Amino acid sequence: MAQMNMKEAIRDGMRVELKRDPNVLLFGEDVGKVGGVFRATEGLQNEFSEDRVFDTPLAESAIGGLAVGLAVQGFRPIAEIQFVGFIYEALDQMAVQAARLRYRSGGRYNAPITFRTPFGGGVKAAELHTDALEGLLVQTPGIKVVVPSNPYDAKGLMISAIRDNDPVFFMEHLNLYHAFRSEVPEGEYTVPIGKANVVKEGSDVTIITYGMMVHTSLKAAEEIEKTKGVKVEVIDLRTLMPLDIDTIVESIKKTNRAIVVQEAQKTSGVAAEVIAQINEKAILHLEAPVLRVAPPDTVYPFAQIEDAWLPNPARIIDGLNKVLDF
Amino acid sequence: MNKSYEVYAQEVEPLSILSPEGKIINEEEMPNLSDDQLKELMRRMVFTRTWDERAVNLGRQGRLGFYAPVSGQEATMVGSEFALNKEDFVCPGYRDMPQIVWHGLPLYQAFLYSRGHQHGGQIPEGVNVLMPQIIIGAQILHATGVAMGFKKRNQKNVVITYTGDGGSSEGDFYEGLNFAGVFKLPAIYVVQNNGYAITTPFSKQTAAQSVAHKAVAAGIKGVQVDGMDVLAVYKAVQDAAERGRNGEGATLIESLTYRFRPHSMADDTTKYRTKEEEGEWSLKDPIIRFGKYLESKGLWSDEDTARVKDEAKASVAEHIKKAETTEKMTVAGLIDSMFEETPQHLQEQKADFS
Ligand SMILES: Cc1ncc(C[n+]2csc(CCOP(=O)(O)OP(=O)(O)O)c2C)c(N)n1
Repeated sequence: MAQMNMKEAIRDGMRVELKRDPNVLLFGEDVGKVGGVFRATEGLQNEFSEDRVFDTPLAESAIGGLAVGLAVQGFRPIAEIQFVGFIYEALDQMAVQAARLRYRSGGRYNAPITFRTPFGGGVKAAELHTDALEGLLVQTPGIKVVVPSNPYDAKGLMISAIRDNDPVFFMEHLNLYHAFRSEVPEGEYTVPIGKANVVKEGSDVTIITYGMMVHTSLKAAEEIEKTKGVKVEVIDLRTLMPLDIDTIVESIKKTNRAIVVQEAQKTSGVAAEVIAQINEKAILHLEAPVLRVAPPDTVYPFAQIEDAWLPNPARIIDGLNKVLDF
Repeated sequence: MNKSYEVYAQEVEPLSILSPEGKIINEEEMPNLSDDQLKELMRRMVFTRTWDERAVNLGRQGRLGFYAPVSGQEATMVGSEFALNKEDFVCPGYRDMPQIVWHGLPLYQAFLYSRGHQHGGQIPEGVNVLMPQIIIGAQILHATGVAMGFKKRNQKNVVITYTGDGGSSEGDFYEGLNFAGVFKLPAIYVVQNNGYAITTPFSKQTAAQSVAHKAVAAGIKGVQVDGMDVLAVYKAVQDAAERGRNGEGATLIESLTYRFRPHSMADDTTKYRTKEEEGEWSLKDPIIRFGKYLESKGLWSDEDTARVKDEAKASVAEHIKKAETTEKMTVAGLIDSMFEETPQHLQEQKADFS
């Protein structure tokens, strides 16, 4: 098996599908010749020709709408929005046009589009390059939202996303692109969309999280296990829409306590949704309220104070203590 | 004239006033500038070049955050702003820090902005600028609104806004120009066509004959200038400003220019540009070209260049120090800056950060 970092694994997932299915197309700003600003698509134009991997003019709404039109024509577009803050420019095409295509056509057309977007803080990028905007799309009916946290999942989820007949918003955390390497199988394999992963088993409290915060949460778990002698379970959601509530409920039945950690601002986000569903499906198993550890409801403060703003192990431990000592 | 049902546009040639050797080749377009003004234009270009060099170094040392280099584009940036009044308004794109600094934003605030400090954006009273826009094209629409404001208040002012050749592909760009045409607004839209949007060459950006041609569809005036010729840029913007002040509407100016450095601090130009191309453009260096002209008039010398460089270095050193010693932002302060009155839920969230 090959050792890959997350960026290479994502690229490999795209390569596998470009090879397998001639209807797969890849496009966006700067993705062609140089392979994107992060080189996530490096080499793919060379391998598959400019016909299938191409640069577009600088226009996100057009990139999104192009994907919708191509989908109607039977293609399977992978459309890159260069940085997350620029999805707002494409939001009509993603959240309205792509997400409603099946509904509006009475099922005649589908939108097998993968929208890829780098996002994620802690890297001191420029304004609007890192915000966690998954909540916006999770609230939009008709679009799936995927956030991998490691190379293996990233490749398997990418292949699933491209094969999915519905639009998938695929978010690639900037801080994880090069963070570490791990074993990634060659060729085809899938990680199912809509299935969470218990990355660490425990019996006393559950942390539910995704993306970079999986790693931050694992650090917190390790620390509190040393100091407090408790066993922490950590769930990586992997997919935010649809949400794998069954895995969460199973865990709550075992631990009876939970916190949700997210990188996005606190109010009305994925964490709020997770807690609402826990209330609906597992309230009698709870020994304490489920708490959120999240940044405050401000704009993302790029560079200067992002480390203080983003959740860190200390704040996660604080949250764990609150539910453990409730 | 014969009418036909095909709409077509003719080829344009950019306005040049100086030859690459620094000779006046277009006497009738020569703007009316005093010797002192000519020297000030040169001073500002040399200052900007030195500041750019220092900024790139400071970036490498981790003392600046996001920074987009400008070397090569000084004639367009400095020359265009110089043609305005202090009361005119500037809406910049992310590369257009020089224009707003020359329009009055203190340099240390530019550095603070780069470092992600909120105070960077607290523009002093009386300085008519917005901060550089990260969302490409959004500033075009703001400029359109500011221009409408001037018009409604019967102020004889203009607004200038900037984007790149890439930016001219965004929907916002077309929407802004179209509004300016419909409402006949005193706006000047400058597109700095430096040949690339990050790595994407102009040929992959548009199949239009030129960016300037896009004015035709909006029903506004469109012109193309040699963006390495500070006098040509100055003249084009001055003309556009005069038209705007006289109620004759908006102008799109395509300025043909080049950035000598990478797109931002992190890219590798060898992957998408050739040495030959870079060499050709360096022969058009706006500072060398204008410097030759001024030298021939006895208005400038190497000593002047050296003096301005020292002045710029000292100024950058002073302002970066001021930026570095400005009190740090806090999360609590950030929370309090979201609304005029901090709502209860944010008050509660502050508790996590005290
Ligand atoms: C809406 C939006 N999309 C994408 C980007 C990312 N981006 C930053 S600069 C750039 C290229 C801009 O090219 P151009 O407008 O020609 O200006 P130049 O950099 O050449 O000055 C891109 C794609 C952005 N900042 N905003």
